[in-house]
Amino acid sequence: MTTVVQVPPSLDDRTFEQVLDQVALLPPDAKLLVDARHTLWASPYALTAMLTLAQTRTERPAFAVPDHDNTASYWARTGFFHHAESVFDLHGSFPKRAQTGESSVLLEITPIIKSEDVHGVVGRIQDKSQAILTGELHLDPKATIPFTMILSEVCQNIVEHAGTGGWVAVQTYNWKRRLGRRVVVISVCDAGKGFRQSLESTPGFLPGSRWGDGTALEQAVVQATSRFRDRGRGQGLAAARKYVTKWGGKLSVRSGTARISIVPAWDDDPPLEEGLAPFAGAQLQVIIPERLPQEPLR
Amino acid sequence: MHHIDLSSVLRETVSCDLYSNLVTRPTGAAVRVAIERMLGETDGRALTVIDLSQVSMIDFSCADEVIAKLVMRYAAADAPREVYFVFKGIGDDHWIAVESVLECHGLTVVLKTDDGFALAGPVTETETRAWEAVRLLGRTHAIAVAHETACDPAETERTLDGLWRRRVLVKLGGDYAAVGPYDG
Repeated sequence: MTTVVQVPPSLDDRTFEQVLDQVALLPPDAKLLVDARHTLWASPYALTAMLTLAQTRTERPAFAVPDHDNTASYWARTGFFHHAESVFDLHGSFPKRAQTGESSVLLEITPIIKSEDVHGVVGRIQDKSQAILTGELHLDPKATIPFTMILSEVCQNIVEHAGTGGWVAVQTYNWKRRLGRRVVVISVCDAGKGFRQSLESTPGFLPGSRWGDGTALEQAVVQATSRFRDRGRGQGLAAARKYVTKWGGKLSVRSGTARISIVPAWDDDPPLEEGLAPFAGAQLQVIIPERLPQEPLR
Repeated sequence: MHHIDLSSVLRETVSCDLYSNLVTRPTGAAVRVAIERMLGETDGRALTVIDLSQVSMIDFSCADEVIAKLVMRYAAADAPREVYFVFKGIGDDHWIAVESVLECHGLTVVLKTDDGFALAGPVTETETRAWEAVRLLGRTHAIAVAHETACDPAETERTLDGLWRRRVLVKLGGDYAAVGPYDG
Protein backbone atom coordinates (compact mmCIF):
# COMPACT_ATOMS: atom_id res chain seq x y z
CA MET A 1 0.00 0.00 0.00
CA THR A 2 1.30 3.46 -0.86
CA THR A 3 0.94 6.24 1.70
CA VAL A 4 0.33 9.71 0.30
CA VAL A 5 2.29 12.45 2.04
CA GLN A 6 0.69 15.82 1.49
CA VAL A 7 3.02 18.74 0.86
CA PRO A 8 1.75 22.14 2.08
CA PRO A 9 1.10 24.90 -0.50
CA SER A 10 3.95 26.98 0.93
CA LEU A 11 6.94 24.91 1.93
CA ASP A 12 9.68 26.29 4.16
CA ASP A 13 11.61 25.10 7.21
CA ARG A 14 8.51 25.41 9.40
CA THR A 15 5.95 23.79 7.11
CA PHE A 16 8.39 21.07 6.11
CA GLU A 17 7.78 19.75 9.64
CA GLN A 18 4.27 18.81 8.47
CA VAL A 19 5.86 16.55 5.86
CA LEU A 20 8.16 14.99 8.47
CA ASP A 21 5.27 14.50 10.90
CA GLN A 22 3.52 12.39 8.26
CA VAL A 23 6.62 10.39 7.34
CA ALA A 24 7.64 9.77 10.97
CA LEU A 25 4.64 7.50 11.44
CA LEU A 26 5.82 5.14 8.70
CA PRO A 27 8.52 2.47 8.60
CA PRO A 28 11.56 3.35 6.43
CA ASP A 29 10.58 0.87 3.73
CA ALA A 30 6.96 2.02 3.44
CA LYS A 31 5.90 3.03 -0.08
CA LEU A 32 5.45 6.80 -0.24
CA LEU A 33 3.96 9.21 -2.71
CA VAL A 34 5.01 12.73 -1.82
CA ASP A 35 2.26 14.85 -3.28
CA ALA A 36 3.45 18.37 -4.14
CA ARG A 37 0.83 18.96 -6.85
CA HIS A 38 -0.74 21.83 -4.94
CA THR A 39 2.47 23.36 -3.71
CA LEU A 40 3.01 26.87 -5.00
CA TRP A 41 6.26 27.90 -3.32
CA ALA A 42 9.25 26.27 -1.66
CA SER A 43 12.28 27.71 0.09
CA PRO A 44 15.80 26.42 -0.70
CA TYR A 45 15.70 24.65 2.67
CA ALA A 46 12.53 22.82 1.72
CA LEU A 47 13.90 21.72 -1.66
CA THR A 48 17.18 20.42 -0.27
CA ALA A 49 15.38 18.80 2.69
CA MET A 50 12.99 17.10 0.27
CA LEU A 51 15.92 15.49 -1.56
CA THR A 52 17.37 14.50 1.81
CA LEU A 53 14.07 12.97 2.86
CA ALA A 54 14.16 10.70 -0.18
CA GLN A 55 17.66 9.57 0.79
CA THR A 56 16.41 8.43 4.21
CA ARG A 57 13.98 5.96 2.64
CA THR A 58 14.96 2.40 1.89
CA GLU A 59 12.11 2.16 -0.66
CA ARG A 60 12.50 4.76 -3.43
CA PRO A 61 9.58 7.18 -2.96
CA ALA A 62 7.36 8.66 -5.67
CA PHE A 63 6.96 12.40 -6.05
CA ALA A 64 4.08 14.22 -7.74
CA VAL A 65 5.44 17.48 -9.11
CA PRO A 66 3.66 20.84 -8.68
CA ASP A 67 0.78 21.42 -11.08
CA HIS A 68 1.46 25.13 -11.31
CA ASP A 69 3.72 25.90 -14.27
CA ASN A 70 5.51 28.79 -12.58
CA THR A 71 6.30 26.68 -9.56
CA ALA A 72 7.59 23.75 -11.62
CA SER A 73 9.59 26.14 -13.76
CA TYR A 74 11.21 27.75 -10.72
CA TRP A 75 12.00 24.40 -9.13
CA ALA A 76 13.60 23.34 -12.40
CA ARG A 77 15.77 26.46 -12.37
CA THR A 78 16.97 25.62 -8.88
CA GLY A 79 18.09 22.23 -10.17
CA PHE A 80 15.57 20.40 -8.00
CA PHE A 81 14.12 18.10 -10.67
CA HIS A 82 17.55 17.29 -12.08
CA HIS A 83 18.55 15.82 -8.71
CA ALA A 84 15.09 14.60 -7.72
CA GLU A 85 15.17 12.22 -10.70
CA SER A 86 18.00 10.35 -8.97
CA VAL A 87 16.19 9.85 -5.65
CA PHE A 88 12.45 9.93 -6.49
CA ASP A 89 10.19 8.42 -9.13
CA LEU A 90 8.78 11.64 -10.53
CA HIS A 91 5.17 11.90 -11.67
CA GLY A 92 3.75 14.77 -13.70
CA SER A 93 5.26 17.15 -16.21
CA PHE A 94 8.12 19.50 -15.45
CA PRO A 95 10.77 21.36 -17.44
CA LYS A 96 13.52 18.86 -18.20
CA ARG A 97 16.36 21.32 -18.40
CA ALA A 98 17.11 24.14 -16.03
CA GLN A 99 17.19 27.47 -17.84
CA THR A 100 20.30 29.45 -17.13
CA GLY A 101 20.44 33.08 -16.09
CA GLU A 102 18.19 32.83 -13.04
CA SER A 103 19.49 35.76 -11.01
CA SER A 104 17.82 34.75 -7.75
CA VAL A 105 19.53 31.37 -7.76
CA LEU A 106 23.00 32.11 -6.47
CA LEU A 107 23.87 28.47 -6.36
CA GLU A 108 21.68 25.77 -7.83
CA ILE A 109 21.05 22.75 -5.65
CA THR A 110 24.44 21.06 -5.66
CA PRO A 111 25.46 17.69 -4.25
CA ILE A 112 28.29 17.74 -1.72
CA ILE A 113 30.04 14.41 -1.38
CA LYS A 114 33.76 15.15 -1.21
CA SER A 115 36.11 18.07 -0.56
CA GLU A 116 36.43 18.82 -4.27
CA ASP A 117 32.72 19.65 -4.33
CA VAL A 118 33.33 22.36 -1.73
CA HIS A 119 36.00 23.92 -3.97
CA GLY A 120 33.51 23.88 -6.82
CA VAL A 121 30.83 25.59 -4.73
CA VAL A 122 33.21 28.29 -3.48
CA GLY A 123 34.56 28.94 -6.97
CA ARG A 124 31.09 29.23 -8.50
CA ILE A 125 29.62 31.52 -5.88
CA GLN A 126 32.41 34.06 -5.41
CA ASP A 127 31.60 36.44 -8.28
CA LYS A 128 27.84 36.28 -7.89
CA SER A 129 27.80 36.70 -4.13
CA GLN A 130 29.59 40.05 -4.32
CA ALA A 131 26.89 41.44 -6.62
CA ILE A 132 24.02 40.04 -4.54
CA LEU A 133 25.29 40.91 -1.07
CA THR A 134 26.35 44.44 -1.83
CA GLY A 135 24.17 45.29 -4.83
CA GLU A 136 20.87 43.81 -3.69
CA LEU A 137 21.15 43.30 0.06
CA HIS A 138 23.25 46.46 0.63
CA LEU A 139 25.63 44.72 3.03
CA ASP A 140 29.18 45.92 3.59
CA PRO A 141 31.34 44.83 0.61
CA LYS A 142 33.56 43.16 3.21
CA ALA A 143 30.72 40.71 3.91
CA THR A 144 31.42 38.75 0.73
CA ILE A 145 34.43 36.85 2.02
CA PRO A 146 32.97 35.74 5.38
CA PHE A 147 29.78 34.77 3.55
CA THR A 148 31.77 32.52 1.22
CA MET A 149 33.83 31.18 4.11
CA ILE A 150 30.71 30.24 6.03
CA LEU A 151 29.36 28.49 2.96
CA SER A 152 32.63 26.59 2.65
CA GLU A 153 32.62 25.56 6.30
CA VAL A 154 29.02 24.37 6.43
CA CYS A 155 29.54 22.35 3.26
CA GLN A 156 32.67 20.80 4.80
CA ASN A 157 30.60 19.69 7.77
CA ILE A 158 28.81 17.32 5.42
CA VAL A 159 32.03 15.82 4.13
CA GLU A 160 33.64 15.57 7.58
CA HIS A 161 30.76 14.60 9.83
CA ALA A 162 27.80 13.28 7.87
CA GLY A 163 29.39 10.13 6.54
CA THR A 164 27.20 10.52 3.48
CA GLY A 165 26.61 13.10 0.77
CA GLY A 166 24.37 16.12 1.15
CA TRP A 167 22.95 19.09 -0.71
CA VAL A 168 23.59 22.82 -0.71
CA ALA A 169 21.64 25.67 -2.31
CA VAL A 170 21.89 29.44 -2.11
CA GLN A 171 19.09 31.69 -3.28
CA THR A 172 17.76 35.17 -2.79
CA TYR A 173 14.13 36.07 -2.67
CA ASN A 174 11.82 38.79 -1.54
CA TRP A 175 10.45 37.62 1.79
CA LYS A 176 7.49 39.96 1.72
CA ARG A 177 5.09 38.11 4.02
CA ARG A 178 7.49 37.38 6.86
CA LEU A 179 10.02 40.16 6.77
CA GLY A 180 9.09 42.61 4.04
CA ARG A 181 12.54 42.66 2.50
CA ARG A 182 14.93 40.64 0.40
CA VAL A 183 16.96 37.83 1.95
CA VAL A 184 19.73 35.53 0.89
CA VAL A 185 19.36 31.98 2.13
CA ILE A 186 21.95 29.23 2.44
CA SER A 187 20.55 25.76 2.91
CA VAL A 188 22.67 22.70 3.60
CA CYS A 189 21.05 19.34 4.27
CA ASP A 190 22.31 15.82 4.66
CA ALA A 191 20.90 12.47 5.75
CA GLY A 192 24.04 11.38 7.57
CA LYS A 193 24.96 10.75 11.19
CA GLY A 194 23.64 13.95 12.68
CA PHE A 195 25.24 15.92 15.51
CA ARG A 196 24.35 13.59 18.38
CA GLN A 197 25.89 10.52 16.77
CA SER A 198 28.91 12.51 15.59
CA LEU A 199 29.65 13.81 19.10
CA GLU A 200 29.03 10.39 20.61
CA SER A 201 31.96 9.10 18.54
CA THR A 202 34.34 11.36 20.53
CA PRO A 203 36.92 9.14 22.29
CA GLY A 204 35.92 8.69 25.93
CA PHE A 205 32.47 10.20 25.40
CA LEU A 206 30.14 9.81 28.40
CA PRO A 207 26.56 11.01 27.96
CA GLY A 208 25.08 13.17 30.71
CA SER A 209 21.55 12.69 32.00
CA ARG A 210 20.22 15.39 29.64
CA TRP A 211 22.06 14.06 26.60
CA GLY A 212 20.08 14.07 23.38
CA ASP A 213 19.75 15.81 20.02
CA GLY A 214 19.08 19.17 21.70
CA THR A 215 22.15 19.08 23.95
CA ALA A 216 24.29 17.83 21.05
CA LEU A 217 23.18 20.85 19.00
CA GLU A 218 23.88 23.21 21.91
CA GLN A 219 27.40 21.81 22.22
CA ALA A 220 28.14 22.00 18.50
CA VAL A 221 26.52 25.32 17.60
CA VAL A 222 26.85 27.35 20.80
CA GLN A 223 29.98 25.85 22.41
CA ALA A 224 31.81 24.97 19.15
CA THR A 225 32.42 21.42 20.37
CA SER A 226 33.61 18.86 17.84
CA ARG A 227 34.17 15.12 18.01
CA PHE A 228 37.86 15.87 17.35
CA ARG A 229 39.99 16.81 20.35
CA ASP A 230 41.95 19.31 18.24
CA ARG A 231 41.24 22.87 19.45
CA GLY A 232 41.06 24.14 15.89
CA ARG A 233 37.99 22.06 15.14
CA GLY A 234 34.41 23.24 15.46
CA GLN A 235 35.26 26.81 14.48
CA GLY A 236 33.22 26.81 11.27
CA LEU A 237 29.84 26.84 12.98
CA ALA A 238 31.15 29.28 15.59
CA ALA A 239 32.12 31.66 12.79
CA ALA A 240 28.75 31.19 11.09
CA ARG A 241 27.03 32.12 14.36
CA LYS A 242 29.24 35.20 14.79
CA TYR A 243 28.70 36.60 11.30
CA VAL A 244 25.03 35.74 11.05
CA THR A 245 24.50 37.67 14.30
CA LYS A 246 26.53 40.58 12.94
CA TRP A 247 24.39 40.72 9.79
CA GLY A 248 21.11 40.54 11.75
CA GLY A 249 20.46 37.12 10.24
CA LYS A 250 19.16 33.82 11.47
CA LEU A 251 20.98 30.51 11.78
CA SER A 252 19.05 27.36 12.48
CA VAL A 253 20.30 23.80 12.63
CA ARG A 254 18.00 20.80 12.84
CA SER A 255 19.33 17.37 13.69
CA GLY A 256 17.47 14.27 14.80
CA THR A 257 14.50 15.49 16.81
CA ALA A 258 15.74 18.97 17.72
CA ARG A 259 16.38 22.36 16.19
CA ILE A 260 18.56 25.13 17.55
CA SER A 261 18.28 28.67 16.27
CA ILE A 262 20.21 31.86 16.68
CA VAL A 263 17.17 34.08 16.60
CA PRO A 264 17.29 37.71 15.45
CA ALA A 265 14.88 40.38 16.66
CA TRP A 266 12.68 40.02 13.56
CA ASP A 267 11.94 36.34 14.23
CA ASP A 268 10.01 34.65 17.01
CA ASP A 269 11.29 31.09 16.77
CA PRO A 270 12.28 29.48 20.08
CA PRO A 271 16.06 29.13 20.49
CA LEU A 272 15.73 25.38 21.02
CA GLU A 273 12.97 23.00 19.97
CA GLU A 274 12.96 19.37 21.01
CA GLY A 275 10.59 16.49 20.39
CA LEU A 276 10.29 17.15 16.65
CA ALA A 277 9.63 14.34 14.22
CA PRO A 278 12.87 12.35 13.72
CA PHE A 279 14.87 13.22 10.60
CA ALA A 280 18.27 11.70 9.86
CA GLY A 281 21.38 13.84 9.49
CA ALA A 282 21.58 17.60 9.86
CA GLN A 283 19.78 20.44 8.12
CA LEU A 284 21.16 23.94 8.35
CA GLN A 285 19.70 27.21 7.19
CA VAL A 286 21.22 30.68 7.18
CA ILE A 287 18.99 33.65 6.38
CA ILE A 288 20.61 37.04 5.88
CA PRO A 289 18.23 39.96 5.42
CA GLU A 290 18.66 43.02 3.26
CA ARG A 291 20.06 46.05 5.07
CA LEU A 292 17.61 48.93 4.84
CA PRO A 293 19.00 52.42 4.03
CA GLN A 294 18.41 53.71 7.57
CA GLU A 295 20.28 50.80 9.17
CA PRO A 296 24.03 50.95 9.92
CA LEU A 297 26.45 49.20 7.59
CA ARG A 298 27.09 45.64 8.72
CA MET B 1 65.37 33.65 3.40
CA HIS B 2 63.09 31.12 1.69
CA HIS B 3 60.05 32.41 -0.13
CA ILE B 4 57.04 30.12 -0.41
CA ASP B 5 54.16 31.30 -2.57
CA LEU B 6 51.09 29.53 -1.19
CA SER B 7 49.15 29.84 -4.45
CA SER B 8 51.94 28.02 -6.30
CA VAL B 9 52.10 25.33 -3.62
CA LEU B 10 48.34 24.99 -3.86
CA ARG B 11 48.44 24.51 -7.64
CA GLU B 12 51.37 22.11 -7.51
CA THR B 13 49.95 20.12 -4.62
CA VAL B 14 46.48 19.49 -5.88
CA SER B 15 47.08 20.17 -9.61
CA CYS B 16 43.52 21.04 -10.50
CA ASP B 17 42.05 24.26 -11.92
CA LEU B 18 39.21 24.12 -9.41
CA TYR B 19 41.56 24.86 -6.56
CA SER B 20 42.02 28.61 -6.73
CA ASN B 21 41.05 29.14 -3.09
CA LEU B 22 42.58 27.80 0.07
CA VAL B 23 39.49 26.05 1.33
CA THR B 24 38.79 22.72 3.04
CA ARG B 25 40.83 20.91 5.64
CA PRO B 26 42.23 18.21 3.31
CA THR B 27 43.53 20.90 0.94
CA GLY B 28 45.14 22.75 3.84
CA ALA B 29 46.73 19.57 5.13
CA ALA B 30 48.12 18.76 1.67
CA VAL B 31 49.60 22.26 1.33
CA ARG B 32 51.14 22.08 4.81
CA VAL B 33 52.75 18.72 4.07
CA ALA B 34 54.21 20.17 0.87
CA ILE B 35 55.66 23.11 2.80
CA GLU B 36 57.12 20.78 5.44
CA ARG B 37 58.74 18.76 2.66
CA MET B 38 60.34 21.92 1.25
CA LEU B 39 61.59 22.91 4.69
CA GLY B 40 63.06 19.45 5.13
CA GLU B 41 65.24 19.92 2.05
CA THR B 42 67.41 22.60 3.66
CA ASP B 43 69.88 22.41 6.52
CA GLY B 44 70.34 24.56 9.59
CA ARG B 45 68.20 27.45 10.71
CA ALA B 46 65.51 28.41 8.19
CA LEU B 47 63.79 31.77 7.83
CA THR B 48 60.81 31.41 5.57
CA VAL B 49 58.34 33.86 4.06
CA ILE B 50 54.89 32.35 3.52
CA ASP B 51 53.27 34.52 0.87
CA LEU B 52 49.47 34.64 0.59
CA SER B 53 49.33 37.62 -1.78
CA GLN B 54 48.12 35.47 -4.72
CA VAL B 55 45.57 33.57 -2.65
CA SER B 56 42.09 34.99 -3.11
CA MET B 57 40.46 33.33 -0.13
CA ILE B 58 41.34 31.16 2.84
CA ASP B 59 38.71 29.63 5.10
CA PHE B 60 38.95 28.76 8.80
CA SER B 61 39.64 25.06 8.29
CA CYS B 62 42.39 25.68 5.77
CA ALA B 63 43.95 28.44 7.90
CA ASP B 64 43.95 26.03 10.82
CA GLU B 65 45.75 23.38 8.75
CA VAL B 66 48.21 25.59 6.87
CA ILE B 67 49.03 28.38 9.29
CA ALA B 68 48.18 27.21 12.81
CA LYS B 69 49.51 23.66 12.51
CA LEU B 70 52.64 24.80 10.66
CA VAL B 71 53.48 27.40 13.31
CA MET B 72 52.64 25.02 16.16
CA ARG B 73 54.84 22.27 14.77
CA TYR B 74 57.91 24.47 14.43
CA ALA B 75 57.32 26.28 17.73
CA ALA B 76 57.04 22.99 19.62
CA ALA B 77 59.81 21.74 21.91
CA ASP B 78 60.26 18.72 19.61
CA ALA B 79 60.25 20.73 16.36
CA PRO B 80 62.12 18.92 13.57
CA ARG B 81 64.18 22.01 12.77
CA GLU B 82 64.70 25.61 13.82
CA VAL B 83 62.31 27.35 11.44
CA TYR B 84 60.99 30.90 11.64
CA PHE B 85 58.10 32.23 9.58
CA VAL B 86 57.07 35.60 8.25
CA PHE B 87 53.59 35.79 6.74
CA LYS B 88 53.24 38.15 3.81
CA GLY B 89 50.32 39.29 1.68
CA ILE B 90 47.67 38.80 4.36
CA GLY B 91 44.90 41.19 3.40
CA ASP B 92 41.64 41.97 5.19
CA ASP B 93 40.00 39.04 3.43
CA HIS B 94 42.58 36.57 4.72
CA TRP B 95 42.78 38.14 8.15
CA ILE B 96 39.30 36.95 9.21
CA ALA B 97 40.41 33.32 9.14
CA VAL B 98 44.03 33.90 10.17
CA GLU B 99 43.10 35.96 13.24
CA SER B 100 40.55 33.35 14.25
CA VAL B 101 43.03 30.46 14.22
CA LEU B 102 45.77 32.46 15.94
CA GLU B 103 43.33 33.35 18.74
CA CYS B 104 42.04 29.80 18.93
CA HIS B 105 45.50 28.30 19.47
CA GLY B 106 47.11 31.28 21.25
CA LEU B 107 49.72 31.68 18.50
CA THR B 108 51.79 34.71 17.62
CA VAL B 109 53.33 35.28 14.19
CA VAL B 110 55.25 37.97 12.34
CA LEU B 111 53.44 39.71 9.49
CA LYS B 112 55.10 41.66 6.72
CA THR B 113 52.89 44.60 5.85
CA ASP B 114 53.33 47.70 3.69
CA ASP B 115 54.58 49.48 6.82
CA GLY B 116 57.16 46.87 7.73
CA PHE B 117 56.98 44.00 10.18
CA ALA B 118 54.52 43.52 13.04
CA LEU B 119 53.42 40.90 15.51
CA ALA B 120 49.96 39.37 15.13
CA GLY B 121 47.94 37.12 17.39
CA PRO B 122 47.46 37.17 21.14
CA VAL B 123 50.41 38.99 22.65
CA THR B 124 50.84 41.10 25.79
CA GLU B 125 51.82 44.76 25.79
CA THR B 126 55.12 43.87 27.45
CA GLU B 127 55.88 41.31 24.74
CA THR B 128 54.99 43.76 21.99
CA ARG B 129 57.24 46.44 23.49
CA ALA B 130 60.11 43.99 23.85
CA TRP B 131 59.73 42.68 20.31
CA GLU B 132 59.48 46.22 18.89
CA ALA B 133 62.62 47.21 20.79
CA VAL B 134 64.53 44.28 19.26
CA ARG B 135 63.17 45.17 15.84
CA LEU B 136 64.42 48.75 16.18
CA LEU B 137 67.77 47.88 17.78
CA GLY B 138 68.64 45.05 15.40
CA ARG B 139 70.67 42.14 16.76
CA THR B 140 70.85 42.96 20.43
CA HIS B 141 71.20 41.73 24.00
CA ALA B 142 68.50 41.53 26.67
CA ILE B 143 70.19 44.29 28.71
CA ALA B 144 69.84 46.75 25.82
CA VAL B 145 66.19 45.82 25.40
CA ALA B 146 65.60 46.24 29.14
CA HIS B 147 67.20 49.67 28.95
CA GLU B 148 65.15 50.62 25.89
CA THR B 149 61.85 49.51 27.45
CA ALA B 150 62.69 50.58 31.00
CA CYS B 151 62.01 47.10 32.33
CA ASP B 152 63.77 44.75 34.72
CA PRO B 153 66.62 42.94 32.86
CA ALA B 154 65.81 39.49 34.24
CA GLU B 155 62.14 39.92 33.40
CA THR B 156 63.08 41.19 29.93
CA GLU B 157 65.27 38.16 29.35
CA ARG B 158 62.35 35.87 30.26
CA THR B 159 60.07 37.80 27.90
CA LEU B 160 62.58 37.58 25.04
CA ASP B 161 63.11 33.88 25.65
CA GLY B 162 59.35 33.38 25.50
CA LEU B 163 59.21 35.22 22.19
CA TRP B 164 62.08 33.12 20.88
CA ARG B 165 60.23 29.92 21.86
CA ARG B 166 57.24 31.24 19.91
CA ARG B 167 59.63 31.74 16.99
CA VAL B 168 59.07 35.48 16.53
CA LEU B 169 62.60 36.24 17.70
CA VAL B 170 65.79 34.49 16.60
CA LYS B 171 68.33 33.66 19.31
CA LEU B 172 71.92 34.19 18.22
CA GLY B 173 74.17 33.12 21.06
CA GLY B 174 73.31 35.61 23.82
CA ASP B 175 71.67 38.03 21.40
CA TYR B 176 68.19 38.28 19.94
CA ALA B 177 66.99 39.50 16.55
CA ALA B 178 63.48 40.09 15.31
CA VAL B 179 62.23 37.64 12.69
CA GLY B 180 61.60 39.66 9.55
CA PRO B 181 64.16 42.44 9.83
CA TYR B 182 66.71 39.69 10.53
CA ASP B 183 66.66 37.43 7.51
CA GLY B 184 69.60 35.18 8.24
